[in-house]
Amino acid sequence: MSKNYVGVLALYEPNGDIRPLEIIWKDGYRYPIDTVKQVCSAASLKSGGIGTRFTCVIRGQLRYLYLEEKQQRWFVERL
Amino acid sequence: MDRVILHCDLNAFYASCEALYHPEYKGLPLAVGGDPAQRQGIILAKNQLAKEAGVQTGEAIWQAKKKCPGLIVVLPDYEKYHMFSHRVRQIFLEYTDLVEPFGLDEAWLDVTGSQKLFGDGKTIADTIRKRIRDELGITASVGVSDNKIFAKLGSDYKKPDATTCITKQNKKQIVDPLPVSDLLNVGRATAVTLHGMGIRTIGDLSNADRTILSKRLGKAGDMLWTYANGLDPSEVRPYDYHEDNKSFGHTVTPPKDLTDIHQIRPIFYILTQDICCQMRAQNVLCRKVAIVYRDSKLRWQSRQCGLDRPSENVKEIAEKGIGLLGKSYDFALPLRSVGIRTMDFVKKEEHLQMSLFVDEVNKEKDHIIECTMETINNRFGKDCIVRCIALEGKDYE
Ligand SMILES: [Mg+2]
Repeated sequence: MSKNYVGVLALYEPNGDIRPLEIIWKDGYRYPIDTVKQVCSAASLKSGGIGTRFTCVIRGQLRYLYLEEKQQRWFVERL
Repeated sequence: MDRVILHCDLNAFYASCEALYHPEYKGLPLAVGGDPAQRQGIILAKNQLAKEAGVQTGEAIWQAKKKCPGLIVVLPDYEKYHMFSHRVRQIFLEYTDLVEPFGLDEAWLDVTGSQKLFGDGKTIADTIRKRIRDELGITASVGVSDNKIFAKLGSDYKKPDATTCITKQNKKQIVDPLPVSDLLNVGRATAVTLHGMGIRTIGDLSNADRTILSKRLGKAGDMLWTYANGLDPSEVRPYDYHEDNKSFGHTVTPPKDLTDIHQIRPIFYILTQDICCQMRAQNVLCRKVAIVYRDSKLRWQSRQCGLDRPSENVKEIAEKGIGLLGKSYDFALPLRSVGIRTMDFVKKEEHLQMSLFVDEVNKEKDHIIECTMETINNRFGKDCIVRCIALEGKDYE
């Protein structure tokens, strides 16, 4: 099992906050993020790792999007 | 008022970090160890399943695999462990600035003054455990008591991910039956001596005659008696003071207490000389100087301040430290220990900006003198040539 790293289009707010706007899947398909419901530090026990966790609503469904601590890569939690 | 001290211990620390990053090994015995291709590879840490199979820290990997054929061994990744340790400390520091690390995976916290904000000791312990679990995916066990020794026994009492409070009321049930070797600073030799005196448990030790203990074990005997009775007065040192790899520093406890600032000047010069050598080796300049001191009642204090411009100059840094101590301490009590350190580094090449207020010519001369001294010492032996002022400090080293 490996982590599902994805491309992310994000806005860096003037106050330093990061707001992910769109997830770009491996096949190039784009998933716009409707809203971000919560941002917190969290561990991902399923994919393995720690970072900032964005609870996103995508097409009406909840998905966890992580910005990994060290490498600054994004991954989506496997469900 | 009684103090409230926590001791946090990350459970099977290295192995837990690796388990988090390898969800595919979930439910399998896992250990962290040296390169198995090299013969001297040994087990550094193991998870619960490996422990149940009899795998022991410190044994050779091939021995461990004999006991536990399915054992998965991953190479240690110290960068990862430092990152986790740092993140855990950041959580601690949200609850108190009195955080004294003990290795990468343990720390004492004094939360006496934090209870109005965050709840009592047990509540803070439970909050911290939950945060470590949720945010970092590893677990900690925490002991809560009114002294460091019992707090540490508490964190050992129930693992993983548990809080144990040791109070004057439950001390008899929890602490007294524990083997005396569980106590901090009781090594094998001391344990043998104690066993010879018929002392097997911590309870035995706490009921033993204090003067006889001192006679048999010297100062240590008296100290262990206070440990066993929950009377150890030592304080949790402020985190700020602690030396990590982002600073260079030294602390000394001279044989005689220090009663005025003139005795400290030479000591600071000696310590700073070595610190500046380390900075030169790393090619950095410091922007901050910090001092730490402990009075004869064993209370630690620390102070820090910025420099006008980044420096690697012994005189400048030592004098800054002396000035800082002079301003912050009046010698109402003599000092038992003093230390100085430098931090907030910039790379030497990155710093070219001149300051308006510093005498550049003299500094350049100082720099040449220091480099020359260093070359001489490297060639003919440490302390072959020293500053005159540092000679005075020899008595205090
Ligand atoms: Mg531990």
